[in-house]
Amino acid sequence: MTDPLAFLKDLISAPGLSGYEDPASKIIEEKWRPLVHEISRGKLGSLHGLRHGTGPAPRPSVMVATHMDAIGLMVTGITEGFLRVTQVGGIDPRVLPGTPVMVHPTGAGGNSPIPGTVAQPSAALLPEDERDGPVGLNRLLVDTGLLPRQVAERVRVGDLVSFAQPPVELTGETLSGHSLDNRASVAALTICLEQLQSKIHTWDVWAVATSQEEVGLLGAIGSTFEIHPTIAIVVDVTWAKGPGTSDWKAFPLGKGPTIAMGANMHPVLYTRIKELADQLEIPYTLEYSPSYSGTDAGATQVAAEGIPTLVLGIPLRYMHTPVELVAIKDIQRAGRLLAEFIAGLGPDFMEKIVWD
Amino acid sequence: MPTIGTQQIKLLERLCNAVAVSGDEGEVRRIVLDEIKGHAGEIRVDALGNVLAIKQGSGRKRLRVMLSAHMDEVGFMLVTDEGEGLFRFESIGGIDVRQLPGKAVLIGKEHVPGVIGARPIHLTSAEERKQKVSLEAMRIDTGPGNSKVKPGDRATFATRFQRNGPSLMAKALDDRLGVVTLIELVKHAPPEIDLLAAFTVQEEIGTRGAKVAAYAFHPDLGIAVDATPAYDLPMWDGAENSSYNTRVGLGPAIYVADNLTLSDPRLVRWLTETGDALKIPYQFRQPGGGGTDAGAIHRAQAGVPSVSVSVPHRYSHTAISIARLEDWKNSVALLQSALARLTPELLAGERA
Repeated sequence: MTDPLAFLKDLISAPGLSGYEDPASKIIEEKWRPLVHEISRGKLGSLHGLRHGTGPAPRPSVMVATHMDAIGLMVTGITEGFLRVTQVGGIDPRVLPGTPVMVHPTGAGGNSPIPGTVAQPSAALLPEDERDGPVGLNRLLVDTGLLPRQVAERVRVGDLVSFAQPPVELTGETLSGHSLDNRASVAALTICLEQLQSKIHTWDVWAVATSQEEVGLLGAIGSTFEIHPTIAIVVDVTWAKGPGTSDWKAFPLGKGPTIAMGANMHPVLYTRIKELADQLEIPYTLEYSPSYSGTDAGATQVAAEGIPTLVLGIPLRYMHTPVELVAIKDIQRAGRLLAEFIAGLGPDFMEKIVWD
Repeated sequence: MPTIGTQQIKLLERLCNAVAVSGDEGEVRRIVLDEIKGHAGEIRVDALGNVLAIKQGSGRKRLRVMLSAHMDEVGFMLVTDEGEGLFRFESIGGIDVRQLPGKAVLIGKEHVPGVIGARPIHLTSAEERKQKVSLEAMRIDTGPGNSKVKPGDRATFATRFQRNGPSLMAKALDDRLGVVTLIELVKHAPPEIDLLAAFTVQEEIGTRGAKVAAYAFHPDLGIAVDATPAYDLPMWDGAENSSYNTRVGLGPAIYVADNLTLSDPRLVRWLTETGDALKIPYQFRQPGGGGTDAGAIHRAQAGVPSVSVSVPHRYSHTAISIARLEDWKNSVALLQSALARLTPELLAGERA
């Protein structure tokens, strides 16, 4: 890939909240179009790209699922020109006061995005017992600086509000911004597709940017059923070690992707990719995910009669804040590991997927 | 007449995007010096870093009028290097810690970027989310690897200036609005007065710059040109908001009383009569807390009659504050018109 950083900065600058992924989907489609043979849409908004394998038909297929939807806010009401909002996906309201946002209006007054900020009303405007601690989402307001009349003309209940923190390049080849969960993994999958251009793979490869992961894995549920792959690989961000996050659930930043093991993941797939990473000397960390991985794997694993599933994680600091932080190197390594794994899938691979 | 047009808004943009935390105002000071060069008879930088400019009038009996606008903004200082690009930091000026998680910052003269993160929601308990994230628990993260910053460096919010409809949105509108206003007044000072312009330092941590500037100027009267919070959002229960301080859109806020100053009633009258006569909208700031450079000026020497005029703005001391362009324009018009009408008789009159 010529410049994963530029692609990723472009991609996280697009809104694409859960259920409304089109702005992100369009950028991904443009990037994938030369890398796949067919492009299609899932019924719930996922983007499907198919690369034909070189094996004899009917070929086995591997689906790589990376969700493209972003968390954000939705307008629930308008009071004196201020917007009341609820969350789309899981947001700790403590990161919201003073956060730059973009309102995406659908009213009669035109649909150009409106910048704004999340306002924390001053103490005297709040109930007495809500003045000192964190202010709840039900009390926070979005202020666009427009006059109440202008807001009424443009904004409607149900309109989306996305984070507007611009991408920030930090030292150590790291990038900070919103929606790196999970556009970072979309970038890794894109790198994989690019590397597959110069490799031979006998399996069909379904590159899928899933929708609505943050609100219940909806895109993955529909797409896995529709595509019905032989195996599925889910790539999602995982927690990186950092301030306030140091226990076993978090992984070092910049030391490679995680390979997850646990109930969602097929033990043979896990073992195979781990061996491959060792063989290729691609650094990785093992991620223990005892019962629930919190990724699209929860959907792919139980689709149809069950799909053997593998999960790779890209360590990310400050997940679900406007300043998520990722190491570009981890994305590149995940992309390469995916491509090598896929290229190594032989016609007899499924015969080895056996339980001991 | 000074006006607020494209050029002045561009200047405000440059000033708002600058990093000039209390005690480290250099970046704004350089812009101020560059802007007022050649527009005042005497321009100097004093011992604390204030820019002091004197523009003499030409009338026969002229009052010596000090106007002050503070160059500094609230922000942070890095205090401990914990390695791997992570820094403990301390607040400078009044910042609500609830405004910090999830914000991007710029550090030092080179504007090195960093972020203040937060624990992922997935790894926090409902109980933990009921508590504020303490300053002690937060870090400025500049990314792993060799850091270009060090303890002692100042930082502030990274937000970039933007316009939206009738509004200006930026960090540090408090008091870069006042700085541009004062630059314009220096450039277009009415000849009826001697204008003593103080672009002050360290206002946010105790009006220190204004204290020594007022001593040095020894003016006849003082006016702080600042930006004041508008708490004009709706009440949570729909009741009338009776503690708004000021409201955006209603014009410049004239101070009658704050926590530091009982404004000289003659000056308040002079400003309101000017507004009434010229149909320039104004509002009274609700008497109460807070304070401006006027608090230091009116205690200087044997005492200096003082008042403050502020542009109302929302979300002061956060990553994004919002002001109305019209309020700013009217603040400049009110000050300029009032200064042009100023005669020594004002201070010879009864106080009340």
